[in-house]
Amino acid sequence: MQAFVDIDRVTLTYSGASGDVLALKDISMKVRQGEFAAVVGPSGCGKSTLMRLVTGLHPPTAGTVAIAGEPVKGPVKMAGMAFQNANLLPWRKVIDNVLLPLEIVQPHRSQFRRRKAEFRAQAEQLLATVGLQGFSERYPWELSGGMQQRVSLCRSLIHQPALLMLDEPFAALDAFTREELWCVLRDLWEKLRFTVILVTHDLREAAFLADSIHVMSARPGRIVQVKPVDFPRTRDLQVTYERGFADIVHEMRERIAEVRQA
Amino acid sequence: MNSRLAERLAPWLFTIALFAIWEGSFYVFKVNTSVLQPPSAAFAAMARYWKVFLYHSYVTLWVTMVGFALAVGFGIVLGLVVGWSRTIYRGLYPVMVGFNTIPKVAIVPLLILWFGIGEVPAIITAFLISFFPIVVNVATGLATTEPELEDVLRALGAGKLDIMRKVGIPRALPYLFGSMKVAITLAFVGTVVSETLGANAGLGYMIALEGASFRMANVYAALLLLAFEGVLMYAVFAWVEQRFTRWAFRSQMSAAG
Repeated sequence: MQAFVDIDRVTLTYSGASGDVLALKDISMKVRQGEFAAVVGPSGCGKSTLMRLVTGLHPPTAGTVAIAGEPVKGPVKMAGMAFQNANLLPWRKVIDNVLLPLEIVQPHRSQFRRRKAEFRAQAEQLLATVGLQGFSERYPWELSGGMQQRVSLCRSLIHQPALLMLDEPFAALDAFTREELWCVLRDLWEKLRFTVILVTHDLREAAFLADSIHVMSARPGRIVQVKPVDFPRTRDLQVTYERGFADIVHEMRERIAEVRQA
Repeated sequence: MNSRLAERLAPWLFTIALFAIWEGSFYVFKVNTSVLQPPSAAFAAMARYWKVFLYHSYVTLWVTMVGFALAVGFGIVLGLVVGWSRTIYRGLYPVMVGFNTIPKVAIVPLLILWFGIGEVPAIITAFLISFFPIVVNVATGLATTEPELEDVLRALGAGKLDIMRKVGIPRALPYLFGSMKVAITLAFVGTVVSETLGANAGLGYMIALEGASFRMANVYAALLLLAFEGVLMYAVFAWVEQRFTRWAFRSQMSAAG
């Protein structure tokens, strides 16, 4: 079966001020269409570099990246992205922040004026799905950090991307808000079935959300293990207290402890 | 007294206090009026020759506003160009800093030589002295776009022009309005310098002429009117800034940051 995201023996070197930095070394990773993949690893292992690599924002030094069989040779022009910082535009209302990708991505871009009412309705609906109905006319600064992150998620999904890239999107939130947003993301994914690559250092988050966990080594980053997670869907937060769940988290933790030593 | 009322009254109270101290010091120290004039003398002169003062104030105001408008237009365009590309930024910066270091008073005689005595050299001087902060601030606003936000947009297929239109320019607006407040006061300085050296009208011309005739009360009156025009225009642009970039005052991202 063909992989949707296919990273094939990629090496990536940054030229920094103090010489070249080898960020990724001979890394291979496959993600199926509609799969929820999590990437975990020690800090500084090049997880964020992986994000820029897959979306075509940074070219590999060696090896190839392909999405849906097409080699990536520049920005992919369709991927949704969300980061730890919500990065909303403070001069735009919530709804206009969510609509931003539709002003950029084709074919929505050329239809934007004509179908604005329809797009707004879609955005309102998406906001309602993440529990933000009635907030569309507010400004980002009027929202809490968790709410801003929900808006950021909506913005990354409004154009119904085939690929969603998440770089520690919940890392700056408190534990309760974070678990709440896990469920928001879970529900969105089960409804829309986009392909996700979630970079995180939270092992519970990875195990709760993902179909497969890819463990990266310390820099230069390589994938040292791929762990399938096969708890039945829809997963309830309750699953995080089960024996099997704790086993996976333990196993991952030990694996990362090993690669940090090495 | 409640503190919000105090805050609103503070500018008036401080100004009145300043005049009171100025006036009072004449009686206390018995200052010779050829050295310093009391504000009451300046206000009396204003009242007596109000038509003359009104005319010269008007000339200075419109000359300054024309020079300032040119500075804003040119400053925005150059700021966009400089903020657009790192190469242009690096190439132009030393030239602009060098140019800005030249005292404009040294250029005025050249301008008078080229354009003759009158309003034109004053407009150009006001323009030259006030465009620099606008360029720097617009360019800074553009250049400090968050890299992650740029990634989000580029992964959607946004080109440089898209990023500029959707993020760069709105983001640069608070910087622009902030710099306009600085630039308007500089523009007055430019106008007056030029009017002092070669003009037939304007507050600067009046200061030079009346000063040469030792009519010091008139000089102080002209200076006070100039200060008043500066404060007035500053207030106008502070209001515009509040009005159009309210978000910058409410969010963590501010023009100062």
